[in-house]
Amino acid sequence: MTDAALTAPKKHAANPRYGSMSRDRTWALRWSYFFLILFAIFFLLPPIYMLITSLKTSAEISAARNPWWVFNPTLENYRELLTSPQYLGYFRNSAIVSVVVVVITMLISVPAAFALSRMKFWGSSTLATGVFLTYLIPETLLFLPLFKMFALFNEWTGIQLINRWWVLLILYPTLTVPFCTWIMIGYFASIPKELDEAALIDGAGWMQTLTKIFIPVALPGLIAATIFAFTVSWAQFLYPLAFTTSTEQLVLPVGIITSLIKGDVFNWGQIMTGALLGAAPPLIIYAFLMDYYISGLTAGATKG
Amino acid sequence: MVDAVLQGVQTPGATRKRSSLRRTMQRKSTVAFLMALPLILMIAFLVIYPALYSLHLATLNKSMERFVGFGNFLFLFKRETFWKVVEQSCIFALTAVFFKAIIGFTVAHFVHNVPNDRQRKWRGMLLVPWVIPPAMSCLAWLWLFDPSYSAFNWVLGIFNIGPVPWTGDAFWARFSVILVNIWIGAPFFMIMYLAALKSVPDQLYEAAAIDGANWWQRIWYITLPMMRNIIAITALFSLIVTFANFDIVQILTQGGPIDLTHVFATWSFTLGIQGNDIPLGAAVSLFMVPILTVAAVFILRDITRRGNES
Repeated sequence: MTDAALTAPKKHAANPRYGSMSRDRTWALRWSYFFLILFAIFFLLPPIYMLITSLKTSAEISAARNPWWVFNPTLENYRELLTSPQYLGYFRNSAIVSVVVVVITMLISVPAAFALSRMKFWGSSTLATGVFLTYLIPETLLFLPLFKMFALFNEWTGIQLINRWWVLLILYPTLTVPFCTWIMIGYFASIPKELDEAALIDGAGWMQTLTKIFIPVALPGLIAATIFAFTVSWAQFLYPLAFTTSTEQLVLPVGIITSLIKGDVFNWGQIMTGALLGAAPPLIIYAFLMDYYISGLTAGATKG
Repeated sequence: MVDAVLQGVQTPGATRKRSSLRRTMQRKSTVAFLMALPLILMIAFLVIYPALYSLHLATLNKSMERFVGFGNFLFLFKRETFWKVVEQSCIFALTAVFFKAIIGFTVAHFVHNVPNDRQRKWRGMLLVPWVIPPAMSCLAWLWLFDPSYSAFNWVLGIFNIGPVPWTGDAFWARFSVILVNIWIGAPFFMIMYLAALKSVPDQLYEAAAIDGANWWQRIWYITLPMMRNIIAITALFSLIVTFANFDIVQILTQGGPIDLTHVFATWSFTLGIQGNDIPLGAAVSLFMVPILTVAAVFILRDITRRGNES
């Protein structure tokens, strides 16, 4: 329709009544582009500046020249970080934690969503609402009692949970499972009832109905939930900051902040490189699976 | 009924019992309950129990040996910093959500104006701040705000303005944390509003255009009423997330200068983890509960209402 508006002025040049309306639209379009460019600059400035800084030597960073331009581009920062066992350790910890959390999340939330959307049991509707409410409880409310609980757990059983990277495997699902369950309930609920009735008549059990019918049909939802769980666990900052302290136990966001900043000395070239590489996995996933990413984003509020 | 099922599971024995057990296990509600059990356990032990436990923690003294009742709360009320934190949390959340909503709405409109085949590209570009982990992008902002090498101040210096003490001065530090929050959160609003704009039927705009409505009247009388629900729910969601935000303030200012940018989350972290006074930190974080509850009640009302309609 907007395309038509663009070509309209030529067609209706002889007819001023329609002409003025299309001219309005052409101008609206020009203004839209103008403001979109302004907003795009605002939104993309920090990542671009990360890239600019990551290509500089420390000498150039502290020189009083134009900070928005790279005069002597170098990949030294990248080389240094990608060969540093410490940084690679953070990256590995982050990758393991995020992937395992995704698996745990799916194992918990997919069967639960199936049960809650299809097989009613006592209290199931209350539980569905409860799942949504837990999603609204922020981690900033829970980290102190959880910290104390884990300390007490150590006193009782002798199992140390604090300052172990795998404690994050227990903590992160509390952030990912409620939302994933919630959007999976939405996706499962949109599958027509006839489909699982047919499967039941053909003699499929509940597990078979779930794995052979629901999961394949709701695959887009499953991908969206997976992306959500991965990005949330990759980006989480408060839990690792509170629960892990030794260098070899840190994940990426905390690792960059605590180890690349030595005392008051900021090695900005390396910090920006580390941050950019740390932002890369979510950005790559987003670049390739944008539609799933966005459907997961909007599903939380529009579905259900 | 569920209890009965559980007992059935726990006492298998004689063959007669086992067959009844099998029947119970095959019953739909039992299977369903078992499928949801991991979820129930997780919510019970890692969300609900800690939430209640923090209520208990908040009534203990620093070494957590003695019950002090409302002692922690009374202590907080007497501290000036506490009231500053309350003030800053409210300023931070309300201002940020307001501007996120305005910017998100504006940008969504511009993207919606663009021809359909180009919308994808713009949408993809404009959502980038939301995709980058906040801890990483906050580092970029911290570097942009650097006291001696700030790239913003370099640009402003060309026009003989500044240098602006982005994170050094109380006003500018508050401005900076809100700006970064808007930068991260506005794209989310944009995406939600864009989805909502798509659902407004074109006929309404055409009818309005024929009736001679200008663009402002079209927004005021058609777009806003049609999108009222999604605007409200996005704002409430964002209010919860922003009010409980931790990353931005912790990385950019760590609460400084002189505790003036602390919000509830960062202050409870400073007291509880760094200051080793878990009860006091828990008491601070509990002050988030009232506003979160109000927002949650409104969201829930909207969702159950939509559930009843469908």
